[in-house]
Amino acid sequence: MGELRAYAALLGGKARSLAAYRTSFAIELLSNLGSTVLDVVTVFVLYRATAMVGGFTLAESLLMTALTAAGFVLADLTVGNIDDLKRYVRAGTLDTVLIRPLRVLPQLICMDLPLRKLLRLAFGVFVYVAALVANHVHWTPARLALAVVAPIAAAVFFGAIFVLTASLAFWWVESGEVGAAFTYGGRDFTSYPITVYSDWFRGVFAYALGFGLVSYQPALALLGRTDPLGLPAWSGYAAPLVCVPAVAVAALIWRIGIRRYRSTGS
Amino acid sequence: MGGIDASVLTISPGRPLRLSITTFGALAWSGFRRYATYRQATIAGSFTNIVFGFLRCYVLLAVAHGATGGRPGGYDGAQLATFVWVGQGLLTVVGIWGPPDLSDRIRTGDVASDLLRPVPPVTAYLAADLGRFGHAVLTRLVGPVIVGAIFFTLAAPTRWQTIPLFVISTLLAAVGSFGCRFLINATAYWLHDARGPLVLWTLGSGVLCGLYFPLRLLPEWLAVTLWVATPFPGLLQTPLDTLVERDPPVQQAGLVVIQAIWAVALLALAGTVQRRAERKLVVQGG
Repeated sequence: MGELRAYAALLGGKARSLAAYRTSFAIELLSNLGSTVLDVVTVFVLYRATAMVGGFTLAESLLMTALTAAGFVLADLTVGNIDDLKRYVRAGTLDTVLIRPLRVLPQLICMDLPLRKLLRLAFGVFVYVAALVANHVHWTPARLALAVVAPIAAAVFFGAIFVLTASLAFWWVESGEVGAAFTYGGRDFTSYPITVYSDWFRGVFAYALGFGLVSYQPALALLGRTDPLGLPAWSGYAAPLVCVPAVAVAALIWRIGIRRYRSTGS
Repeated sequence: MGGIDASVLTISPGRPLRLSITTFGALAWSGFRRYATYRQATIAGSFTNIVFGFLRCYVLLAVAHGATGGRPGGYDGAQLATFVWVGQGLLTVVGIWGPPDLSDRIRTGDVASDLLRPVPPVTAYLAADLGRFGHAVLTRLVGPVIVGAIFFTLAAPTRWQTIPLFVISTLLAAVGSFGCRFLINATAYWLHDARGPLVLWTLGSGVLCGLYFPLRLLPEWLAVTLWVATPFPGLLQTPLDTLVERDPPVQQAGLVVIQAIWAVALLALAGTVQRRAERKLVVQGG
C-alpha cells in the first residue's frame, strides 16, 4: 500500500507540473497527435501511386499500420520514458533513483507522466477500429478475442523493446540513436506488410527479433488471409504470445544491466 | 581605432575582409571540432540511418513494383533507392534536427555573452553550423550511401552538371535549414521557451521536406505550392531530386534557384529577427 502511495505521489507531482504550463501542454498534445496522423497519412500517400503494396490493399495495410500505431503509442505512453535512461546514467540522476526504497524500473517510468500522448492513443485506436470496419472482418469469437488482445500484446512487445534498447546505456552510454533503430524502426517495420522486405532483412526483423508477429500475422488472421510467406493459419492467433519471451529477455537484460551499473562518481 | 586591438577577431564591414574570413573560418573550425569529439555518436547515428534506409527503401520499391509503369512520382527503382539512401546520409548533413543551442542560451540568459562578441550572432551561429555541416559531410554521408550501393542498384548521374548542382544544392539546403532553425529557436526571445515551436518544427519538417516519402507522390498542386510557398522542399527534396535527375536540365537548375532564393530570404529574415530581438531582450536571471 505504502509503495502505491509513493508512486501516486510521484505521478501527482508530474500532473501538477503539467497543469502549470497549459499552453505548452496543449501544443505538445496536438503535435504528438500529429506524428501518428502523419504515419497514417504516409500510407494513404503511398497508395495514391499504386493499388497494391506487397500484395495487400490499402485497407489491409491500414489494419497493420493501425494495429502497430495503437500498440506502439500505448507502449510509448506507459514505458517510453525509459528512453531517457542514457541521460540519467550520464548525469548520475540514476543514483537518486537507486537510493530510494522503491523499485527502479517503475520509478523511472513515473519520472514522466506523458499525458500529452493520450490524444495520439485515441487516434491510434480510432484508426484501428475504422480499419477493422473497412476490411469487413468476418467475426468469430476467436477473431474478436484476437482483435482485443493483439494491440495489447503489441504494446507489451514494444514496451519490452523500449526497456531492452534503454538497457544498452548500462554498457554503452554514448549509444545515442541506436535504440531508435529498433523502437521507432520496429514501428516502421511493422506498419507495412512484411512481404515488401527482402528475405534476409525480413528474417532478421520479422522472425529473429519477432516484429513480424506484432502486427502482420495477427492482421492476416483477422482478415482471414493465408500467409503468402507460408506460416500456418494458427500462427496469427498464437502471435500475441511473442510478447512473453520478449518481456522475459528484457527483464533479464535489465537486471544484469542494473547490477552492472557503476555511478559516475561526480 | 576606438580601443579595438588588432588581434581581436571580428567580422564587421569596417575591418579588412581577410580578417572577417579568418574569423569565420575559426568559428567554423570550432563547430567542426565540437562534433568530431563525439565519435561514438557518429557511429550510432549512422547505424540508425542505415536501418531506416532499408525500411524506407523496401517500402518505396514495393510501391514502385505495383505502380503503373513502375514509376511512382516519376522515379524509377534506382532513382527511388538513391533518393532514400542519399537522403538518409543528407539528413544529418543538412541538420534538420540540430540541437536547440540558441533557445537554450536565450532561456538561461547565456545569449548575453553572444551579444558581447564582435561578431553578429547570426554570422557566428552560421559559421559554427557550417563547421558541423563539414563534419557531417565527411562522416555521415558516406555510410548510408555505401550500404545502399551494396544492397541496391543506385542511379548514377548522366549529366555533367548534376554533381556540381548537387553540391551547391546541398550547401543551400544546409544554409536554409540553419535559417529555419535559427528562426524557430529565436521565438524563445519572445516566448522564453521554444519547446512548442521546436516540436512543431520536428514534426512538420520531416514530412514536408521529403524525408518520409518523395513529395512528388503528393497531388501536383500541393507539391508545387510546397516548393514555391515554403522553404521545406529546399531542405532535402531539392538536392535529392537534383542528384537523381528527376527533372529535365532547365527545371533541375530552376529548383536550385528557388532554393537559393529561399536560403537568402531566410538568412535575411534571421538577421532582422535577431536585431528586433536585441532591442527588446531582457536577460533572464540577472
